[in-house]
Amino acid sequence: MTPTLQLCLLISAALFSIGLLAALSRKHAIFVLIGIEMMLAAANLNFVAFWRFGPEPQNPTGVMVAIFSIAIAAAEAAVGLALVIAVYRHYRTTNVRRLDQLKG
Amino acid sequence: MSSWLIANLWLVPAVPLAASLAILSLANSRRAGAVALAIVGQVAAFILAIAAFLPTLEEPGRRFFHNFTWFIFGEHAVRIGWVLDPLTAGMLLMITFVGLWIFVFSKGYMADDRNFCRFFAYLSFFSAAMLGVVIANSLLLLFVCWELVGLASYLLIRFWIHKPSAAAAAKKAFITTRIGDLGFFLGILWLYGSTGTLLFYDDGKGCLEGAGLLAVGASATFVALLIFSGAAGKSGQFPLHVWLPDAMEGPTPVSALIHAATMVAAGVFLVARVYPLFSIGAVDGVTPSLVVVVWIGVITSLMASLIALAQADIKRILAYSTVSQLGLMMVSLGVGGVAAGIMHLLAHGFFKALLFLGSGSVIHGCHHEQDIRKMGGLRKIMPVTFATYAVGMMALSGVPLFFAGAWTKEEILHASAHWPKSPMPYYLMLAGVVLTALYMTRQMIYVFYGERRSGSQHAHESPPVMTRPLMVLALCTVALSAILTPAWPWLHTYLSGEHAEIDFPRLIQPMLFVSLGVVAAGIGLGAVIYRRAGVADPFEQKFPALFRFLENKMWVDELYAHTVIALSRTAALVSSWMDRFFWDGLVRVVGGIGRMFGGLSAGFDERGINAGVNGGAAGAGGLGRLMSRFHSGQVQLYLGAVAVGVVALILFYAWLT
Repeated sequence: MTPTLQLCLLISAALFSIGLLAALSRKHAIFVLIGIEMMLAAANLNFVAFWRFGPEPQNPTGVMVAIFSIAIAAAEAAVGLALVIAVYRHYRTTNVRRLDQLKG
Repeated sequence: MSSWLIANLWLVPAVPLAASLAILSLANSRRAGAVALAIVGQVAAFILAIAAFLPTLEEPGRRFFHNFTWFIFGEHAVRIGWVLDPLTAGMLLMITFVGLWIFVFSKGYMADDRNFCRFFAYLSFFSAAMLGVVIANSLLLLFVCWELVGLASYLLIRFWIHKPSAAAAAKKAFITTRIGDLGFFLGILWLYGSTGTLLFYDDGKGCLEGAGLLAVGASATFVALLIFSGAAGKSGQFPLHVWLPDAMEGPTPVSALIHAATMVAAGVFLVARVYPLFSIGAVDGVTPSLVVVVWIGVITSLMASLIALAQADIKRILAYSTVSQLGLMMVSLGVGGVAAGIMHLLAHGFFKALLFLGSGSVIHGCHHEQDIRKMGGLRKIMPVTFATYAVGMMALSGVPLFFAGAWTKEEILHASAHWPKSPMPYYLMLAGVVLTALYMTRQMIYVFYGERRSGSQHAHESPPVMTRPLMVLALCTVALSAILTPAWPWLHTYLSGEHAEIDFPRLIQPMLFVSLGVVAAGIGLGAVIYRRAGVADPFEQKFPALFRFLENKMWVDELYAHTVIALSRTAALVSSWMDRFFWDGLVRVVGGIGRMFGGLSAGFDERGINAGVNGGAAGAGGLGRLMSRFHSGQVQLYLGAVAVGVVALILFYAWLT
């Protein structure tokens, strides 16, 4: 089966939905982070797919954006993990259901 | 030297003023320092006065003055200055010399007083103010110093403020003289309005010289009378004399300094100073304003002599005699005897200070007893006081030949005898002389002769610091007569700017026998009446009703209490009523209108605006509560909401396209 744009988008949508589900439903903050990373990966997949099947595949535009995005995601993951550790130190928990200090 | 002094004549009052300020800055316990400063200040002023006196001797009648601009107000330059003429020089010498001995006396008299230093500060201040009056060459400067004299007298009369009577007397003195000063001030304004200058002498441009006098013209009578009202207030002339006897509430040296020798002299001095205003347009030496001066003087003099006859307080008798002598001086000025009046003023300064200090010595010796009916027999206990007092008494009564008062009084009688308008003042003055001799004899007999009564049982002679000034002043009273006699009328010629010539036959004049006769009559009558006087006054026993009338000062105080004071009290009540009911009511009405509008506004606020705001707030609050339910703090819920929102946006976009 040759990869087509539709297939790529489907995989990307599935990945995004799984990531969203994880971010919305998991209790552990690390898993929420992993969900977010998955959504980011789905977005990167879309960039690459639209570049590969786009009108000018000879210029590596989409892949460059994806590489940048991955670099930023790595930094963001580092910040996110640091936040999780800080939260854990403070509240002795990583359960996002119990981290409700922001309620009005 | 002399021109320097004339330009700096202000130093004469400035020295005592500086002494006064220095004393005020001393601690209350530095008594010796205060006395030293006061006396040094006075001695320095005396030396300066002598230095100022010398140039006036060189040329008789020469007048020096020094003017300068005080400040410029728009187009008007207010100029003041000082003048040095025989009148000023004579007054300067008298004030500083008599004042000096009063200061020395005070050191003994006030020795036990708590506020000793303040007393000397006030005395020096008073002396400075009075010297300022004398040197002023501007009616404005004179008025300023005049008011300072009033202030000083107020401070000194109320010196024993713990006595309510002293406080009341000070207020009375201040207010009564202020009534006169109001007229004086109006006179100043009038004079300034018509001449444009208040300088007395200014090379022919002053208000007492040619052009200035011409500019005053017909209004001179009114100006002179207004100025005279100030003089009458200060010099205790009827009807403003009421304050002077009450002012005896002050310590005795104050009475001597202010109410005998100097301050009350200010009024007479003022009239003499502005005499050209009084005499302008005179026919035969008579002008309407001078006639007023004469009659006021006559009334004052006689009235005070009569009242003095029935007083029991040693100082009050002297106070009334002062009033009477001042009346005499006014008569003298009014009839044209300016030099005679000023001579009497100068001589009176000496012997009245002597008498007051003598009475102070008596009071001190009798442990602050002032009622002459309780004294008696002090002749042997207080020999120095007795001898000096007798000199003063004879000078005041006018015993001829050896006492200064006699010669000057004779001059006054001489001047009034030739008044063309009416011979009455002359005869009334003669009656006044008899009365003066009579009441002074009465006082002498009561205080120094006869039995020792309750108040004089433990009497003692005063210390030398008090008796020495008495001796000096007594000596001066006698010595002064050398320059007053008709044989060598040096002072008279000095004051009127002529040369004195010695002419012994002139000593014997008919007037001498007249005055000898009346004085002998007065003293003889007194000796006969009071020879056997006990506590009860023989005069009182004979004429109780008349005595009561005189004892109560002819009920002038009561008359004022029921007329002027009652009127002002009624006016005050009416004003108070107006204030309380009329103006207050008006204020209440205006206030009520304001309150009404305020109420309306408040109601509108309450029901309109507040209700709207409250409703809005309640709505916002409810909405907030509702929304806060979504704000659970659950991060995933928020994220879910974001997801729902994104999906909704995508669907919306899809629906749009």
